[in-house]
Amino acid sequence: MSTNTVSTSAVPTSAGRPAARADRRDRANIPVTIILAVASLAVLVPLLVTVSMALKSTAQAVDGNAFSLPDPVSVAGVAEAWVMTNFPRGFVVSLFVSTVTVGGVIVLSAMASYAISRNWERRLFRYSFFYLLGAMFLPFPVLALSQVKLTGLVGLDNPAGVALLHVMFQLSFSTLLFTAFLRSIPEELEESARLDGATTRQAFWRLVFPLLAPMSATVGILAFLHSWNDFMMPSLITSDPAWQTLPVLQSIFQTQFSNNYNVAFASYMMSMAPAIVVYLFTQRWVMSGVTQGAIK
Amino acid sequence: MATSLTSRKVAAADSASVPPRRSRVDTTFYLFLIPSLVLFTLVISLPAVMGIFYSFTDSIGFGEFEFVGFINYIAMFSDPAILGSYAFTIGFSLVTVLVVNAAAFLLAIGLTSKIRAKTALRTVFVMPMVVSGIIIAFVFNFLFSNSLPRLGAALGSDLLSQSILANPDLAWTAIVFVTAWQAIPATMLIYIAGIVAIPGEVYEAASLDGASPARQLVSITLPLVAGYVLINMVLGFKNYLNAYDIIVGLTDGGPGTATRSVAMTIFSGFTGGDYAYQMANAVIFFLIAVALAMLQLRLTRGKVSV
Repeated sequence: MSTNTVSTSAVPTSAGRPAARADRRDRANIPVTIILAVASLAVLVPLLVTVSMALKSTAQAVDGNAFSLPDPVSVAGVAEAWVMTNFPRGFVVSLFVSTVTVGGVIVLSAMASYAISRNWERRLFRYSFFYLLGAMFLPFPVLALSQVKLTGLVGLDNPAGVALLHVMFQLSFSTLLFTAFLRSIPEELEESARLDGATTRQAFWRLVFPLLAPMSATVGILAFLHSWNDFMMPSLITSDPAWQTLPVLQSIFQTQFSNNYNVAFASYMMSMAPAIVVYLFTQRWVMSGVTQGAIK
Repeated sequence: MATSLTSRKVAAADSASVPPRRSRVDTTFYLFLIPSLVLFTLVISLPAVMGIFYSFTDSIGFGEFEFVGFINYIAMFSDPAILGSYAFTIGFSLVTVLVVNAAAFLLAIGLTSKIRAKTALRTVFVMPMVVSGIIIAFVFNFLFSNSLPRLGAALGSDLLSQSILANPDLAWTAIVFVTAWQAIPATMLIYIAGIVAIPGEVYEAASLDGASPARQLVSITLPLVAGYVLINMVLGFKNYLNAYDIIVGLTDGGPGTATRSVAMTIFSGFTGGDYAYQMANAVIFFLIAVALAMLQLRLTRGKVSV
């Protein structure tokens, strides 16, 4: 409803007369569509340049022209990047970090949120909520120096440590989302499960946790994107370069191999692709996740 | 176990009408909460306390150290490297906030209007959000140092025919551009949520009264999304203060130290023997973050009721 009227406001020329209104309602606003399509090139061009550079031969890429098309199409750069960055290992490390992060965030914060929301009248649980929320105001650089020191001391200067840190930094936001969502689930449901003899634990895992699925999807996807793309934390925490995640591995092209553009872009492409693929399949939750998170 | 279950049941049944009564909490709830609390304390709170502790010492990150009181804090305020990084970071954040919000608002207006291929366009405009900051910065690094100078040369512009990343006066614009490129989607989605929440009747009434669409935009849409503007501005500013990935990928703080952010300066504490000193910097940085959070709470309370 509101959307038609908003559309006219973007293009003042055809507007104003009430007689035209019924008519306008059904017509797509072509000028705005065109403006947006042109603007979308700002998003698409850098991504397409990445793919096109990745598919060039070294001989063609060396001139550094971003906008020439690959001629001939060559996958030699992809093959070389695959070997040079040890892509399979980087991929597995990234996948490990992201998977542990996603699983850890969903399980830990769903459990904590359930305990908090069902005991809100008790001070311990209420204060715990505010305590956990505190990390939302805490920038990572503030903690970085001591965290690096601590993780080194206890032998967590590796992907497992990175995953643990990702989980803890995502915990605040996820707990916020889960507690808000849990308020909309009536407690009567669990009461009836308990009448049938279920313990609190069973009521949570069999009844409440499945009901949380939409929010778990949002929390999980945001945690995945954050974890998969993060550069700062793995680069500082992981001491052994062999255990680095994909984003950190890309740095090698900035120094040693600065003219192997096709290899560098092939590597960039392979590192970006998983997040883009995940996004294309889950965009509904990505979009709702961001808006829910910011407004609540 | 059985008794605690029954008592909880009673408490829950009563809670709708009667103020909650003291009763035993099912142990399960503690078991659900404790892992998070313990890990959080070890991973977040302990390092924070350690950081504050070290900021009052002369530690270089290992070995022995002595307490030096507020010397680190006092020294910070006359250190050009630190002051420079704050000036850059705050200035860059302010410009980025304005650029991002203006662009995101316009895109949100466009994407909520009656257009063709709405889903496809929304999908494209959200995409930068899912791309790694450091990698897209490397891609833009290439475009800024190769393609833009070519274009500049073709246009006969002396200024643009050299890489703007190597120009101390212009390098920050590249950082603003790429940061905005990545930050616009999240901001835009929040504006879309705000615009969609406005009831259509408001616009119908306005157009019956003869308000032009431009007038409707200024007098209806803008005031009704004002709360979202505040949220976006404060949230964004807080994020940009942490700028790191994109700067590392584009300029690595250069040329010279022209684009060195506060986060980069703090991390220099790992190598330069400045451990305790940069801890003090981190504590100040934290206080700024807290102040911003307070500001955000104050500004947004009551402004947005969704």
